[in-house]
Amino acid sequence: MGNDVVLKTPISEDEIRKLKAGDTIYVTGTMVTARDEAHKELLHMKNSGQEIPVDLNGLALYHCGPIIKKENDEWKVVAAGPTTSARMEMFEADFIKAFKVRVIIGKGGLGPKTTKACQEYGAVYAAFTGGAAIIAANAIRRVKNVYLLEKLGMPEALWVFEVERFGPLTVAIDTHGTNLFEIVSKEVEENISKVYKMVGIENE
Amino acid sequence: MNNSLNNLEKIIEDSIVEGLRLAATHLPTDVSDALKKEYSNESGNVAKVQLEAIIKNFELADELKLPICQDTGVVAFFVKLGENFPVKAKLKDILIKATERATKEVPLRPNAVDLFKGNTKTNVGLRGHIPWIYWEIVPGDDLEVIVMPKGGGSSNVSRLGMLTPGVGIKGIKKFVIDTVAKAGAKGCPPYIVGVGIGGGEDMCMTLAKKALLRKIGERHPDPKIAEMEEELLSALNKLGIGVMGLGDGNAVLDVHIEIMARHPASLPVGVVLSCWALRHSYVKVTKDGKVTLSDHIP
Repeated sequence: MGNDVVLKTPISEDEIRKLKAGDTIYVTGTMVTARDEAHKELLHMKNSGQEIPVDLNGLALYHCGPIIKKENDEWKVVAAGPTTSARMEMFEADFIKAFKVRVIIGKGGLGPKTTKACQEYGAVYAAFTGGAAIIAANAIRRVKNVYLLEKLGMPEALWVFEVERFGPLTVAIDTHGTNLFEIVSKEVEENISKVYKMVGIENE
Repeated sequence: MNNSLNNLEKIIEDSIVEGLRLAATHLPTDVSDALKKEYSNESGNVAKVQLEAIIKNFELADELKLPICQDTGVVAFFVKLGENFPVKAKLKDILIKATERATKEVPLRPNAVDLFKGNTKTNVGLRGHIPWIYWEIVPGDDLEVIVMPKGGGSSNVSRLGMLTPGVGIKGIKKFVIDTVAKAGAKGCPPYIVGVGIGGGEDMCMTLAKKALLRKIGERHPDPKIAEMEEELLSALNKLGIGVMGLGDGNAVLDVHIEIMARHPASLPVGVVLSCWALRHSYVKVTKDGKVTLSDHIP
C-alpha cells in the first residue's frame, strides 16, 4: 500500500489529486458531520438560494451520527464512528459539486455517481473502520459548533469538529476513477458461482 | 410488603440500566476472543489494520466504560419471567424507564425516531413498541432478561425470503449466500450470520435474531444443522468480501441456524446479520432481589 499522509484543512484540490486508492491518510483541522437529513437539508438550502451555515470548501465531511453530551455548557464527544455511506450515494455527487468538500469519510463505500464527481471536482472518499467510535472520539479535540440540532436531532445534526490526526483512513475512491469497494464488489460477483458450487448448487 | 415490592422494582430498574451499560460498552468474551483470533491468524495487511483498529477500539471502550460504537442500536429485551416472580405487569414500565435512564447515564445515542414527530431523544418510541420486548413465562421464581441493542447498519442488510418450498435446502443456502454477498461492506463485517428457517414471515426473522445470541463457535445440537452451519461458514468466507468489505480476510465469524416447523406452502427464511460489535448482556434478578449481571448468557 501507498504512503502515509496527514492532510490539513483547508485541503487544496492539488493535494487531493495526488492521492491514490489504497493510501493511508490522516486528517487534521476542521471536519463536519452530515448524514442523510443534513445532506438533504443543505442541498435544499443551496437550491433555494439560501446561505448554508458553514462553508465546506476544503474541509472533511464525515458520515457520522455521534453521541455527544453537554458537560458544564460544553459539548463532549462520547462516541463518533462512521455510518454506512451508501445511503448518501443519492446526494453525494451534487454535494461535492455544490460545496467543494475535499475528503469524504465514512464506511462501506459509495457508488459510481460519487466516483465520477470525485474525479471531476477533486475529492476523495476515505474509509474509516466501522464501529471504531472511541478511536474516532479520541482524535476529536473539541466541538467547534453545531447546526440544525433542534431540527434534525443529535445523530443527524451538522457537528463541526476540530480534529487532530483523525484516522487511519484508507483512500477508497480517488480522483483517478478508482473505487476500491466497487473492485471488491465485482470480485464478489465473480466469486459467487464458485461459492454456490461449494454448497452443492450448480448451474446458477 | 409494599415497601419490599417497591425495593424490588427499583433493583430491577437499576440492574437493567447496568445491563444496558454493559451491553453498550463491553463486547461479550466469545466475540472479542473470535476477533482476536482472526487478528492473529490473519496475514494480509489491509485486514490486519482494520482488525487492529477494531480490537484497540473495544479494549478502549471497556477501559473507559464508553459505548463501543456510536450506534448503540434499538433496544430489544428478551424476558423470561418466572411464574412466581412478584413483579409482572409493571415490568414493561420498568424496562422503559431503565432505557430512558441508560440513554442519559451511559449515555446511549437516541435512536427512536417517530415517523411524524422525529427523534424522541429517549430511545423510547411514542407508540408503546420501542424498546421491543419478547416475553416468555417460565416456571420458577426469577426474572431473566437478555438485553440486546442492535445497530442499524447490519439490520439494513438483513433479509426475509418467502421461498417456494420446492427450492429446498439448496434454495435456503443460496438465499443466505446472496444476502451476505449483497450486504458486502455495508453492515460492518466481519459478520455473525443468524438464520431462522420456518414458522412464518415474522417468526423466522425473530428466530434468526435469537440465533445471534448463541456463542460464537458453538454448533447447533442437531448434526444436520451443524453441518450446514459449517458448510455455509466456509463458503461465505470465499466470497471475497473481507474485513470491512475491503476484500482481505474473513467477512464472517460464524453462522448460526435455527429451525421451526413451516406451513406446507411456505418456506420462510430470515437472515439477520450482526456487525462485529455483536452486543448483549444478561441480567437475572431473584424474587429476593439478588442480582446477577453478566456478558455471558447461561
